[in-house]
Amino acid sequence: MVLPDDTPVDLDAEFRASNIQEVLDKLERELIGLKPVKTRIRETAALLLVDRLRRKLSLSSAAPTLHMSFTGNPGTGKTTVALRIAEILHRLGYVREGHLVSVTRDDLVGQYIGHTAPKTREVIKKAMGGVLFIDEAYYLYKPENERDYGAESIEILLQVMENNRDDLVVVLAGYKDRMERFFQSNPGMASRIAHHIDFPDYSADELYAIAQLMLARNQYRFSPSAEAAFREYVVRRMAQPNFANARSIRNALDRARLRQASRLFERRGAGLTRDDLVTIEAEDFRASRVFSGQAAQGRQ
Amino acid sequence: MMSNPGNRITQGQFSFLPDLTDAQITVQIKWALQHGWALGVEYTDDPHPRNTYWEMFGIPMFDLKDPAGILMEINNCRKTFPKHYIRVMAFNSTRGGESPAMSFIVNRPEKEPGFTLIREERNGRSMGYTVRSYATERPEGERY
Repeated sequence: MVLPDDTPVDLDAEFRASNIQEVLDKLERELIGLKPVKTRIRETAALLLVDRLRRKLSLSSAAPTLHMSFTGNPGTGKTTVALRIAEILHRLGYVREGHLVSVTRDDLVGQYIGHTAPKTREVIKKAMGGVLFIDEAYYLYKPENERDYGAESIEILLQVMENNRDDLVVVLAGYKDRMERFFQSNPGMASRIAHHIDFPDYSADELYAIAQLMLARNQYRFSPSAEAAFREYVVRRMAQPNFANARSIRNALDRARLRQASRLFERRGAGLTRDDLVTIEAEDFRASRVFSGQAAQGRQ
Repeated sequence: MMSNPGNRITQGQFSFLPDLTDAQITVQIKWALQHGWALGVEYTDDPHPRNTYWEMFGIPMFDLKDPAGILMEINNCRKTFPKHYIRVMAFNSTRGGESPAMSFIVNRPEKEPGFTLIREERNGRSMGYTVRSYATERPEGERY
């Protein structure tokens, strides 16, 4: 029996009944910035709700292709988001088990004839029901070396990506220009990837927010003067070469912890309190070479 | 045999039932994975009940989370050996177990010729009985 087109549907009730709001809130809280990623996830969640309603009305709802490609500079959160994507897709119900298998070329490609296929198949079997995350995916394809077995691995991946779309989600990640070249030389791979998501560099404000999150997680806090010093630090560091976004911030915080520890150690006779252990002061950042101008000359 | 038309060998679990569908096999594999048992796929063309050790098709699959991967292997085996008996074994490696926990046949040859009873006269008038499959009259690989 086909229902008339004007049958009312309640999307809001479906939304409230699912736990999607919780998933999206958690994502918003724990990941700073990353607007394109969050937008795409929100769209996928909306599709899930609509699919559920369609199924209630006995309309067909084929599972969407979820293979993705993450491109962006170092430290922009590609691997972090891949971990989250596995969990999110599982909670949205698109992926059965929700585990993540993270591999690079070495795990997929063999060293001699006949070695590649079993190796790739083992990895795929382990990833079934979850997400297969291939980091630096462009190394799989080396056209200059004709004895390279990466192409065989790509063939197997292409087949599985097409035939086992319900069982496995593949996420490729890497730097933007190299991934573009990789997709140009592998149109089959490019056409199977439904979502190309770019990870933009973080702004100074976003980096500051990330630093706050990292400190809170490690149970530290900035003193007010340290806050100002850190903001200055971020702006200066961003202008210098080899800036790796969130990773550079993490390194900076680790170095600040070192300096805090040695500062407290110098004063170990005086009365130290819990507050001293927890607070990072401005001098812990001011001591950096970024301020003294030495770092601009490169590593010595 | 009148009580077993088709001469289907009844070795392992579910062997008295009609062939399991892929969906049913998936459910069984899920049960094994939930208990943390390692799964292996084996094949043979010698149906004798005392033939315990069948050939392994690939290595046993430890630490897999999802049945889809194992079903892939089973279908691979079916494509490679369509006329052999193929079974799935789940091995329980915990202390006190250390033995197969599940074993069921997932593929059979189309025609199973059945067994004959071989009688041997021994000292005096005593008889020795043994069972032999009609399939083993031909060499390995040419049986079905």
